[in-house]
Amino acid sequence: MKSKEFLLHNARQFGTLFGLFVLVILLWILTPHFLTISNLLNVAQQTSINAIIAVGMTFVIITAGIDLSVGSIMAFSGVVLASALDAGLPLPLALLIGLAIGMACGLFNGLLITYGHLPPFISTLGMMSVARGAALLYTRGRPISGFGENFRSLATGEIIGLPAPVIIMIFIYIIAHFVLTRTKLGRYTYAIGGNEEAAVLSGINVKFFKTMVYGLCGMLSGLAAIILTARLNSAQPIAGIMYELDAIAATVIGGTSLMGGEGRIVGTLIGALIMGVLRNGLNLLGISSFIQQIVIGSVIIIAVLIDMVLKRHKK
Amino acid sequence: MIVKQSKSAEKDPVLEMRNIRKTFPGVVALDDVNFTLLSGEVHILLGENGAGKSTLVKILSGAYQKSGGNIVLFGKDVEIKNPRQAQQLGISIIYQEFNLISQLSAAENIFLGREFLLSPTIIDQKRILDSAQSLLNDLGVNIDARQLVGELGVAQQQMVEVAKALSLNAKILIMDEPTSALTKNEIIELFAIIRKLKNRGVSVIYISHRLEELSEIGDRITVLRDGKYIGTHQISEMTQHDLIRMMVNRELKEQFPKQKQQIGDEILRIERLNRQGSLNNINFTLYRGEILGVAGLLGSGRTELARAIFGADKIDSGMIYVDGKLQIINKPRNAINLDIGYLSEDRKAEGLVLDLSVQSNICLASLGRFSKFGVVSNKQEKDAASEYVKDLRIKTPGLNQKVLFLSGGNQQKVVVSKWLCSNAKVLIFDEPTRGIDVGSKVEIYQLMNRLTAEGAAIMMISSELPEILGMSNRVMIMREGSIAGIYDTDNVTQEKILQNALGAA
Repeated sequence: MKSKEFLLHNARQFGTLFGLFVLVILLWILTPHFLTISNLLNVAQQTSINAIIAVGMTFVIITAGIDLSVGSIMAFSGVVLASALDAGLPLPLALLIGLAIGMACGLFNGLLITYGHLPPFISTLGMMSVARGAALLYTRGRPISGFGENFRSLATGEIIGLPAPVIIMIFIYIIAHFVLTRTKLGRYTYAIGGNEEAAVLSGINVKFFKTMVYGLCGMLSGLAAIILTARLNSAQPIAGIMYELDAIAATVIGGTSLMGGEGRIVGTLIGALIMGVLRNGLNLLGISSFIQQIVIGSVIIIAVLIDMVLKRHKK
Repeated sequence: MIVKQSKSAEKDPVLEMRNIRKTFPGVVALDDVNFTLLSGEVHILLGENGAGKSTLVKILSGAYQKSGGNIVLFGKDVEIKNPRQAQQLGISIIYQEFNLISQLSAAENIFLGREFLLSPTIIDQKRILDSAQSLLNDLGVNIDARQLVGELGVAQQQMVEVAKALSLNAKILIMDEPTSALTKNEIIELFAIIRKLKNRGVSVIYISHRLEELSEIGDRITVLRDGKYIGTHQISEMTQHDLIRMMVNRELKEQFPKQKQQIGDEILRIERLNRQGSLNNINFTLYRGEILGVAGLLGSGRTELARAIFGADKIDSGMIYVDGKLQIINKPRNAINLDIGYLSEDRKAEGLVLDLSVQSNICLASLGRFSKFGVVSNKQEKDAASEYVKDLRIKTPGLNQKVLFLSGGNQQKVVVSKWLCSNAKVLIFDEPTRGIDVGSKVEIYQLMNRLTAEGAAIMMISSELPEILGMSNRVMIMREGSIAGIYDTDNVTQEKILQNALGAA
């Protein structure tokens, strides 16, 4: 009975997981290089950045919002972080600055949405341009490169054979799952997205918690910036263009409803892995990047279409 | 009198609705209703909230499909399948909320969807404008057809709706509470226009609660009550008292398990409460152990009062005392901290998060109590929720069930549980038994008894007078944002409540 309830409760996630399996088996058949340990670790590592941003996106989308500025915030956080490292600041302080910049941008989004009554689409669209411009201005358009070994080990290091970014990603997913299922912030995230009016009438400080969710999303973009900068050994002001697409895709493929109120962090992880495996597989198969874009865009549309059809059936 | 009757008897019926029946899942909204409309008459449709007036006209306008009976229009049997077909048959309806697009001009609105064309794709703007202007001039109203509807006043927008109906060649015009938002002078102008329409042979079905204006504009009147046909009369033969009696004269069939409680100390006192446009100098006191029934028509300010006390809407002035102490309530959180709970009239839109579980909904307003450093204790939450599920006999397969899948009665119990869980001592129940089955209704009543026995106070807003009379200690009647009267339940009748609510002499 318990296990049946568990299955029913997570039916949507199992569906996505099934999709991932089909994809993996297909690639296994099509290319011998796919199912090797080194390639899978490579996929996990490449997925980690998008997966971490998608955690924040999941929170935002569950509140029935959207954040288009994650890629730009990541670039801005990255260049500020890089300049802090360049200036010889202690590593922990530099990392904190990177996270703080991301969080500040996110909180600003949140304030515009809650107290400024702007639609999330508009305020984060504006922030997308503002943060990008700020990153370019800050570096005069040039990348900042060359950092110490300690910092770079955040991307190159390994623990028990797992690359550091993968470990960070797993850690973030465990925390995010806990926050979403076991804390007030998580519960209110669902309540706000599910029925904002009922949330207000239940005495929930909707503006505060919504702002926090955008702040969290920005902070996770800052974390992604740390990993990306360490991996490339360079912070680029033009990094992360179109990353919002991948993060939104991972979230909705993972079963989070754009209408808000529904979604699971595990689903987003599977969604991010589907995106990563798909990219990797298309590369291994030698398919041109132009066609890749078409395939990935189509996958997003088909995933949401299936979701909509299933939901309509339920009602 | 006799002359007038024989005169109307000579007129032909343009519309006959016979034995009309309409059922919604679990509810009979109309039961064997008859309605006859004569050529060129203004026929008033009267009844309490939920009597079935709107359902009847919605069947006529194609918004609803009848479940039984037949409609004879100009001597022919017709099936009205959708609003477009109703329009083609010459039936137009003007709802209380107008169906106009404020960013378009009056002319564009009048011919929306039926634009004159120069070629298959190009609109004949000039012809639309000229036709609209001549329609408006014909009506004798001073509106420039080029003006955007959003810039027009309410009365003018109504005239645009009338012009639109005429452009559709309406033979039957349905008006739902057309005077509710108009000033005295605008009403006079509206009546002049309605008389003009009559003279052109247009028949008008007129829904209104304002008894005093009915005799001025109406020819005949049909009264509905609880979805049933009560009767049709010449309006000149009826007094306001006759009409009220027809509206409410029903037996108290339902059983109300009211137990009179010992009335205790004051728990809530409202003084000189005002909110622009909806509440006007409200004063009353609520005592421990009592149920205060709040009656009034839709739009009389009942829900607005509840929301104002609960901090959901801002008040402009006034004082709220809880347990004798002056309190400032700016937002629902303040009210909840003062042990006030608000069960809203629309539980799906305002009371519940349908995608969340039974447990999460019950604990939603008191999550702070179950958490430390922002982390919710699943065990404490579960214990609390399961206690209420057991206590209120909420039928659910489990605490993790989404409330979406519960029945209306059980959903309502979840909302009540939410406020019990938050320790509310002042409970504002807005239509607590709306849309729930009879068994659950009685359970909700029993629960109200128990709560008042435990010293809570309940303010129960309801459109069902038997429920008000059956459950309340006192009845407060609201009209147009003010309190029209407060009575002990023993000293008041349905007629008296309705008189106060309607403002009849």
